[in-house]
Amino acid sequence: MSIMGTRVLRTEDPRLLTGGGVYVDDLRLPELTWAAFATFVRSPMAHALITGIDAAAARDLPGVVAVITAADLPAAKGPTSEPLLAADRVRYVGEAVALVLTEERYQGEDAAELVSVDYEPLTPVPAVGAALRDEVLLFPASESNVVQTGTAGNCDDASFAGCDVVIERTIVNQRVAPVPLEGRAGAASWADGRLTVWCSTQNAQIARDTIARKLGLDSEIIRVVAPDVGGGFGAKVGIDRDVVCVAAAAHRTGRPVRWSEARSENLLGMVHGRAQQQSYKIGGTRDGHILAYHLDIVQDAGGYPRVGASLPSLTAQMATGVYDIPDVGADYRSVVTNTTPVAAYRGVGRPEATAAIERAVDDFAAEIGMDPAQVRRRNLVAPEKFPFTTPTGAVYDTGEYAAALDKVLAAVGYAGLRAEQARRRERGDTLQLGLGLSCYVEITAGDATDGETARLVVDGSGSATVYTGSSAQGQGHHTAWAMLVQDELGIPMDRVTVIHGDTDAIPVAVGTYGSRSLQLGGTAVYKAAAEVKDKARRVAAGMIEASEADLELDLGRGAWQVRGDPATGLSWAQVAQQAGPDGLTADVEFKASQPTFPFGAHVSVVEVDTETGKATLLRHVTVDDAGNIVNPVLTEGQRHGGIAQGAAQALLEEVRYDDDGNPLTSTLADYAAITADVLPSFELITMETPTNVNPLGVKGIGEAGTIGSTPAVQNAVIDAVSYLGVRHIDMPATPERVWAAIGEARAEQ
Amino acid sequence: MKVSIRVNGAEVVADVEDRLLLAHFVREVAGLTATNIGCDTTSCGACTVLLDGESVKSCTVLAAQADGREITTIEGLAGPDGQWHPVQRAFHAEHGLQCGFCTPGMVMATVSLLAENPDPTEEQVRVGLEGNLCRCTGYHNIVRAVLAAAREGQGGAAPAARAQPERQAS
Repeated sequence: MSIMGTRVLRTEDPRLLTGGGVYVDDLRLPELTWAAFATFVRSPMAHALITGIDAAAARDLPGVVAVITAADLPAAKGPTSEPLLAADRVRYVGEAVALVLTEERYQGEDAAELVSVDYEPLTPVPAVGAALRDEVLLFPASESNVVQTGTAGNCDDASFAGCDVVIERTIVNQRVAPVPLEGRAGAASWADGRLTVWCSTQNAQIARDTIARKLGLDSEIIRVVAPDVGGGFGAKVGIDRDVVCVAAAAHRTGRPVRWSEARSENLLGMVHGRAQQQSYKIGGTRDGHILAYHLDIVQDAGGYPRVGASLPSLTAQMATGVYDIPDVGADYRSVVTNTTPVAAYRGVGRPEATAAIERAVDDFAAEIGMDPAQVRRRNLVAPEKFPFTTPTGAVYDTGEYAAALDKVLAAVGYAGLRAEQARRRERGDTLQLGLGLSCYVEITAGDATDGETARLVVDGSGSATVYTGSSAQGQGHHTAWAMLVQDELGIPMDRVTVIHGDTDAIPVAVGTYGSRSLQLGGTAVYKAAAEVKDKARRVAAGMIEASEADLELDLGRGAWQVRGDPATGLSWAQVAQQAGPDGLTADVEFKASQPTFPFGAHVSVVEVDTETGKATLLRHVTVDDAGNIVNPVLTEGQRHGGIAQGAAQALLEEVRYDDDGNPLTSTLADYAAITADVLPSFELITMETPTNVNPLGVKGIGEAGTIGSTPAVQNAVIDAVSYLGVRHIDMPATPERVWAAIGEARAEQ
Repeated sequence: MKVSIRVNGAEVVADVEDRLLLAHFVREVAGLTATNIGCDTTSCGACTVLLDGESVKSCTVLAAQADGREITTIEGLAGPDGQWHPVQRAFHAEHGLQCGFCTPGMVMATVSLLAENPDPTEEQVRVGLEGNLCRCTGYHNIVRAVLAAAREGQGGAAPAARAQPERQAS
């Protein structure tokens, strides 16, 4: 019986539950025994010129090995490129200015305080409004704070001409912090002409190439190892400048160096996510047909244009959502501001697209007085239209959008809840019920044609080793890849070893982001197994002296035999030994022809206290369809985590700055990372619509939960108080905001 | 100052800085790295260990304060024969962990929670673990794991004290 689709518990767990994982800060390797501890001196100013750095007092402190500044490192090249350490100007609070190396961990803070940096304050540009005015430029050599623009689709003013109803609104998709429980961390050793860097990263190979480029080294001499990684969520794609500095320090001093950031550093130094100001315009007929939709985006890229600057291109591409709207368009501008740089965070650009259109559809439904579920059903892309090319240029592979919506409405008991809501409204209850819907489609493996690698070796002991280009941060790759091997070769999972995240073992790879792992990395493993099987069949045929066509692989026993004749059976060990000293090996690079488009529907049920504004999430029910499921335990885990992060953005989490660009949420005492007590258990409904883009029929599931849940929860809160005249509340829907919205609506009536 | 702390049944004696945090004592002096540090404001609970059987966030206790007392970390949770504690078994069976970084603290907080309340409701579990952040699981399967461990009935049992040779650390 196939193991595919069954509830297999993780092979990763025993280690993590007994001796604990080995994250960068846990490494006790011989190369690192004499490592110096790195501590960064960070800018307390949002925008300032650096007029001098005096490190003499720090250098004189006992235990200080070195103090490194920009003068010691290669300079940034382009007009807006990011230096390793700030040279003449700082552009956000928390930007690294100097690096102190000390013998002992605790000496670092003492020494960093003695590094005296002279700043000449500049007018801060704390938000997109100020940035767009271009009165103060972050990069004086550029003419504008706008670093990227783009457009998609076919929507203009004429598109709205035939509409009975047109609604325009500007909303905020607020800046949030990824907060992986393990922050950024790195260690580096320079010995025998090689630089080894241990880094908490999702992409060891990208990190290697970045270090080579930034330090002017040949990538051949660099080895990057990703040990256990304590969560990534996009914020650990590649390598940050801080860890490149750690590598540079080891290279420069010859002393191994290690660093793991404090949370108060992490909330300033690790990238943030989202941070869009969105203006939507939606129009349609009074009987619920949406005819035109336009989205204008201003993206806050933060202090330097990293991935965040191009993030809205994904938002624009996915602006259409699940709807068959004749005219759809999106325009975006990305600006730099004196804040922490913005980059990938669980969904990268797609949650923002879904949040905008799902809010707009609710807005439209409220305006025409139609139930939001009915408006959605009326406009969903029909199943027979796939593959569906959207006006903004995406090609949706497969989808059953109406089926997903129907399933989730049935599961939540939608009609009954609407009746309960009506009763509470009629009674004038303090606790009002809100129902929030979200139908979503998202893009996974957006860079499908970049592919992913796998090497599979079956050795003379009959064991298999997978070298995967994908990289794990808790998703369960090792379990899933072992399942793929067992299913294809009949080698039991406990005899399959999975290795990832070491550039010496796996020189060519992309790694993990954009929910690409299973469909690219997993398919590569599957194809490698199929290739090994073909090789084994040839070898076994020679050994048994039978024709290849007459042979079969008994998956239950893991034995090659003449069809129907177990007595002829050869074990994997026997066949691999016969194949030669290297056993049976396959190297595969799998590239898919296009991305895949998972979809789903979420319903959130909240209770809002109309006297305090407090919203409580009572239930969250979801259909998330990401094609075939390899292991429901793992996909459910991904969905749970995604839902929670989305609910967190809708209800609680926000990175805030004051008008001078000072961060107000730089510790976990101030940043409201979501906790167990404010969440319910989630109700998941399974649906599997395979894709034809890869042979496994799988799409990505890592980000779907977040993409679907965020607008569902937000819409539920607004729905709860809509009868009072509230039409919109920006995220996070904190008690203060909800209470204020209720007050304003009552004042208007 | 000199401290003597019993860690997972073994005495660890060391001369430490006055300001040394218990979390760093466990990781650097006792050499037990399962206990992780996830914040600097006592917010995340990743560093939770048992101090004389009750959960504490070891980033907010000085090693000096633990002098003469007993610490249990996840490394000391399994029985002498290596048999997992019911809470460890439940976290595995219910997929209550992903990246594993919060897990040692979450498991120790659960052991303490179930010692105080062996038969909690879901809401009591959620409130009881409010001081432990997890960014991967959305808490769904952690809550299921805690309830499963409670059902097993032994979840609250303190790990058996074991006699182990004294260990000297510098």
